[in-house]
Amino acid sequence: MSILIDEKTRLLIHGMTGSEGRFHAQRCLEYGTRVVAGVTPGKGGSSLLGIPVFNTVPQAVAETGANTSLIFVPAPNAASAIIEAAGAGIPVIICITEGIPVKDMMAVHSYLKGKPPRLIGPNCPGAISPGKSKAGIMVGDIHRPGPVGVVSRSGTLTYEAVAQLTQCGIGQSTCVGIGGDPLPGSTFVDILRLFQQDKDTKAVVLIGEVGSTLEQEAAAFIQAEMSKPVIAFVAGITAPPGRRMGHAGAIVSGNSGKAQEKIAALESAGATIVRSPADIGNTTRRVLEKAGLVLSCDNQR
Amino acid sequence: MRIHEYQAKALFQEYGIAIPRGKVAPEAGEAGEIARSLGGRAIIKAQIHAGGRGKAGGIRLVSSPAEAEKAARELLGKRLATSQTKPEGLPVQTVLVEEAVERLRELYLCITVDEAGRCPAIIASAAGGVDIEEKARLSPRKVQRFPIDPATGLQPSEARRLADSLNLDQSLVEPAVTITTSLYRLFTGEDCLLVEINPLVVTTDGKLLALDARIVLDDNALFRHQYLAALQDLSQEEPREIQATQLGVRNYIKLEGNIGCMVNGAGLAMAVMDLIKMAGGSPANFLDIGTLNAPERVTNAFRVFTQDPEVKAVLVNIFGGMARVDIVARGIVEAYRQMEIHVPVVIRLAGTNVEEGKRILRESGIPYIEADDLAAAARQVVRAAGGAMGEKGNL
Repeated sequence: MSILIDEKTRLLIHGMTGSEGRFHAQRCLEYGTRVVAGVTPGKGGSSLLGIPVFNTVPQAVAETGANTSLIFVPAPNAASAIIEAAGAGIPVIICITEGIPVKDMMAVHSYLKGKPPRLIGPNCPGAISPGKSKAGIMVGDIHRPGPVGVVSRSGTLTYEAVAQLTQCGIGQSTCVGIGGDPLPGSTFVDILRLFQQDKDTKAVVLIGEVGSTLEQEAAAFIQAEMSKPVIAFVAGITAPPGRRMGHAGAIVSGNSGKAQEKIAALESAGATIVRSPADIGNTTRRVLEKAGLVLSCDNQR
Repeated sequence: MRIHEYQAKALFQEYGIAIPRGKVAPEAGEAGEIARSLGGRAIIKAQIHAGGRGKAGGIRLVSSPAEAEKAARELLGKRLATSQTKPEGLPVQTVLVEEAVERLRELYLCITVDEAGRCPAIIASAAGGVDIEEKARLSPRKVQRFPIDPATGLQPSEARRLADSLNLDQSLVEPAVTITTSLYRLFTGEDCLLVEINPLVVTTDGKLLALDARIVLDDNALFRHQYLAALQDLSQEEPREIQATQLGVRNYIKLEGNIGCMVNGAGLAMAVMDLIKMAGGSPANFLDIGTLNAPERVTNAFRVFTQDPEVKAVLVNIFGGMARVDIVARGIVEAYRQMEIHVPVVIRLAGTNVEEGKRILRESGIPYIEADDLAAAARQVVRAAGGAMGEKGNL
């Protein structure tokens, strides 16, 4: 099994006719994702890569049964695209767009409060369930199906971690990038809870970074509710305070934002800490072996 | 984006929040004239993008125009270092000259983004002034926090509850409600990440006045506030960061070390910095080169490195995803063609089109050290930086 996306995923790509949308629609199709619809206002009725394009999300859902939205809409209109997808009843919404104003995201969160749709991102690489479906911008071919869930605030650092896992013969159930923004749609806790419930995920690799208290909240959840082993790396022990390290959310302000504080919290919650980002794969392998978990790594994809 | 106190106060005025009488001056004579128009007694405030000015001597009380001119002359054109700046401080290019306000009490009022609640939050305290952070730590109950639902906005009833928490004289409750409401309108209207009044004072003649003003704007929302974008003051930024931005190299942060870093992705860039530190080295910068497939950006990043005399070695670590490794390789080769690169360069490539990228580098004949993985790359560049420092000195 997997979380969020699988072979039943019917993907709608919002902003598919833009250059990034089109490029990644192609990559998702090549990976085997069922891309069923594109949405671009004003381009309804046309088709791209053999996929019908609609003017609005509700139309696309009615015609194609899309159940996941992948958003490439430029920042000024991206929040509106999230709300449109949620309003159309799409249960999983993944927003790749970087640079959405904070005020717009606060409106999105206010709208989503108490409603069922799950938002991943924004400013994230998306999600992939290896061998089943890819709804994001990550490189598909470094992933292998297997028992380890990966959740991360970063994009390329996740590729690095996944490549190490695959090299160590460890496949992944689902890899989720929750994004580098200060107000993410889903937090570490949200994704850890899904991994804890997923019977095919045997362990979780968590990749955090400076800024916010998402890792501390994850630590509290791990201590209280996780029975599965968690392997954690936190980037930014050398990040200077007060500076935004590329990601809008990666800023050390006060003690709680420091990598050292996050590492301490995760460690005392029972997570296995990886000190060097080069050791994520082999540490995970050691944890799995120690727990007596069988490694399954079929090299189909 | 940070703006100066005088700019923030202009916005306060636009939104109907009372501020002291005063004007900003770029030179000392003018500061004296403003003090004269205020009756001689005045406060001279150095305008820099940092707090802690009072303790650092950046805020002076003067009692005559001559004293005002002298104080302004001592501040203008100099750098002011506070507990919140780097040791070299920030340049003072203007001073704000204001009437000296007699006050009975100092309060604290601020609106910020509550990351956990994912909504705006108003923070208020009956005890404002210097060291508010320390006061909040010592007696957290004196600091009230009010989350606001952005869908309904700040309701008058909420503003009244907040005003009540400040133990104000009954006659000041309505003015406090008005100020809070105006501050919330400013926060949302101008897409702020922070608006802060510290202190908000009760004057001896029974009025509420914003004695100081701090505003942080959301860079991502500047596209809908053209006039706010014009308030940016580049003199307050790190010169090498401005230069990098002008070359199209965004997400560059100058650090203290001697190893230039070029990485794609913010998380990976931080992880690479950490690895360099673990290997005994020190990064000269943070740089997320991004996902755009533009070789000229890679070339220009090398331009930033070669113009920084601190840089003794360079580490390029690219994990191709959206970014294609072969295009990055072309940018590196082009950098060697366009400029003299005397420092050792360690390159580690992985991901999309990696074989093509490696082939381009090998066939170009440029001198570089190839690394196979992250840890090896960090070790090699630290070794190279040590050697380079001993043998070649500066660029």
